[in-house]
Amino acid sequence: MAVAVLAALTLAAPARAESDKVAADKAVSSQDGKFFDANGEPTYKIGPDGKVDWYTYSGFQRYSAECLRCHGPDGMGSSYAPALANSLKTLSYGDFLSTVANGRKNLEGGQEKVMPTLGLDKNVMCFIDDIYIYLKARSDDALGRGRPPGKEPKSKAWEEGVNACMGPPS
Amino acid sequence: MNRLVTTVLSVSALALNTAAFANESVLKNSADPKQWVIQAGNYDNNRYSKLDQINSGNVAKMVPSWSFSTGVLRGHEGSPLVVGDVMYVHTPFPNIVYALDLNNDGKILWKYEPKQDPNVVPVMCCDTVNRGLAYADGKIFLHQADTTVVALNAQTGKVEWSVANGDPKKGETNTATVLPVKDKLIVGISGGEFGVQCHVTAYDIKSGKKIWRAYSVGPDDQILFDPEKTTALGKPVGADSSLKTWQGDQWKTGGGCTWGWYSYDPDLNLVYYGSGNPSTWNPKQRPGDNKWSMTLFARDPDTGMAKWAYQMTPHDEWDYDGVNEVPLVNQKIDGKDRKLLVHFDRNGFGYTLDRVSGELLVAEKYDPTVNWATKVDMDRNSPTFGRPMVNAKFSTEQNGEDVNSKGICPAALGSKDQQPAAFSPKTGLFYVPTNHVCMDYEPFRVSYTPGQPYVGATLAMYPAPGGTHMGNFIAWDATKGKIVWTDQEQFSVWSGALATAGDIVFYGTLEGYLKAVDAKTGKLLYKYKTPSGIIGNVMTYQHKGKQYVAVLSGVGGWAGIGLAAGLTDPNAGLGAVGGYAALSNYTSLGGVLTVFALPD
Repeated sequence: MAVAVLAALTLAAPARAESDKVAADKAVSSQDGKFFDANGEPTYKIGPDGKVDWYTYSGFQRYSAECLRCHGPDGMGSSYAPALANSLKTLSYGDFLSTVANGRKNLEGGQEKVMPTLGLDKNVMCFIDDIYIYLKARSDDALGRGRPPGKEPKSKAWEEGVNACMGPPS
Repeated sequence: MNRLVTTVLSVSALALNTAAFANESVLKNSADPKQWVIQAGNYDNNRYSKLDQINSGNVAKMVPSWSFSTGVLRGHEGSPLVVGDVMYVHTPFPNIVYALDLNNDGKILWKYEPKQDPNVVPVMCCDTVNRGLAYADGKIFLHQADTTVVALNAQTGKVEWSVANGDPKKGETNTATVLPVKDKLIVGISGGEFGVQCHVTAYDIKSGKKIWRAYSVGPDDQILFDPEKTTALGKPVGADSSLKTWQGDQWKTGGGCTWGWYSYDPDLNLVYYGSGNPSTWNPKQRPGDNKWSMTLFARDPDTGMAKWAYQMTPHDEWDYDGVNEVPLVNQKIDGKDRKLLVHFDRNGFGYTLDRVSGELLVAEKYDPTVNWATKVDMDRNSPTFGRPMVNAKFSTEQNGEDVNSKGICPAALGSKDQQPAAFSPKTGLFYVPTNHVCMDYEPFRVSYTPGQPYVGATLAMYPAPGGTHMGNFIAWDATKGKIVWTDQEQFSVWSGALATAGDIVFYGTLEGYLKAVDAKTGKLLYKYKTPSGIIGNVMTYQHKGKQYVAVLSGVGGWAGIGLAAGLTDPNAGLGAVGGYAALSNYTSLGGVLTVFALPD
């Protein structure tokens, strides 16, 4: 009996923490089509019909081009790199930014795991919030696998930001 | 059938007569079926062995004889070599080489482990695989991930020479094997997803000194084309044949990488190989045919000069690298004996060309779902002769940037990737490991930074319509361009095949099975589940009178990325995703060599 109660408790604990996380990630404000949670960190906004905000969509695009080659489709991981849809359940916004910018190495245990330093890669860094927002939606299970079924249009502010960061279209 | 065998044998005999002009060591040792001295078995890349102790009548009794852990967990491509009484086993990064004593239960005679900067790891596209070693003139040749080419003393493992073929800081890496030809070592390079201007280089086999380098894209003096003498589909290519097909200086980051396989015809003195995708994956950003990416080349190994070239996928819009192997065979076409090369391209077409002239003879789909092109134009009088007839619906160029082109078959990993096919002169058939996967492809604008990925497209992949299986193992008649039989596989077949005189064909599966099938019918005769998924190539050798079959397992590579969590069907609507098998439910990491034999 005691064992069963304990098991039930341990099962319940992560479930509560996870739903707390989803609640904390809820969008409470927005500016130019970009949404923020109560802590002022970027987050996603998904309509009842599954339509996603532009940043979530753009994040899906950029993730698939820049990150998929190691981290697998839809943030599901590969045979050698972690599933980011899982990692972002615990990784903070600040730690996410610094890991992407600075990279990470783990050369132990027969696997040479190396995350590159991407701080100078415009194709990543000009879209870093987009990628974070997309992965946050994936980690909260607010967004399923595959291409988001619909999207809001891109805002002028987003386009100007990208052009300033990437340089004007050629 | 008999006539065919006779033809093949007489050609082999001819080849032996010219041994002094080819690499004598490779010709002599690869003619001995007891050994396996280069990755493809021999120069013609047939992956065929004359050993027949294990055959269709007794293979069902085959058992694992011994095994060896490589100590490395990443994807294991390629195969071991056997030279005399020694087996040479390689690993993915960090590219360890083991010499194992076959007279002493595989005791380690020597081990070589290079020191490489781990920063090369994330620069490699799609895992840290290496497709193996080559042996010639008493040396074992290894091309490391960081592009260092080393010659090791086969007896001691001591480095005899070493040379840097590229710079990983610019995105230049290596996954391929090398080919010893005459007094030279032919070496390719990777980096198509990093905007590298890729090349093939010949190094002096004794000293490692660079002899020539031929780029895939660029000015004539860099691509080693003679405007008058180098031909494409029978006509001289003319001046600046590559430059004219690029906008401005874009060829400088043009890709055309050379990470596939190399074959060699000693009679014609020509080396054959294919080049990869043009950079970026966004076709809108690089107008033109982007020559000579996606091209089959025939080059003179002495000078590097191209005799002929044939571009299969002009202005690539789907990442259909042209690097797959180029096996050389002699078969009859329309009743006439022809010197042929056969090539199963990523783009889903199986090509048969005259390898002397580069004349295009057959181009047919080897997976019926291929839809990006209706056919290859075979009309010699047509202005588009030799070009694929692109289906506008599946053209990511015509649909444009930020548009998702749906339902394109095959997916970017191709109807077949690098995993090499086998050819049996007894049946006259090719045995081809294939992918049965389609995709959605959305190109978008990217900027180029040296040493950083330069991709520019979002892809989603899923099993081809009409089934849930993602692979086929097929038998193919290259003289007609027809599938003879098909064995369905749940996952893409990512392992190189081996055909033998025992009338059987071997291949591995991503779940980890080593399978043997009947060469005539495809009937499954034997299977055994090895410790991990197989992306390596099957080889065979004989030691002390006994035939062995060996394969590396160790899942990874592109398959380990795309299939680890299972594919989804983006067109199935909400709630239906995740319906296809996840490879991670079948196998896990681990590099192990398994060697099979008949029981005593």
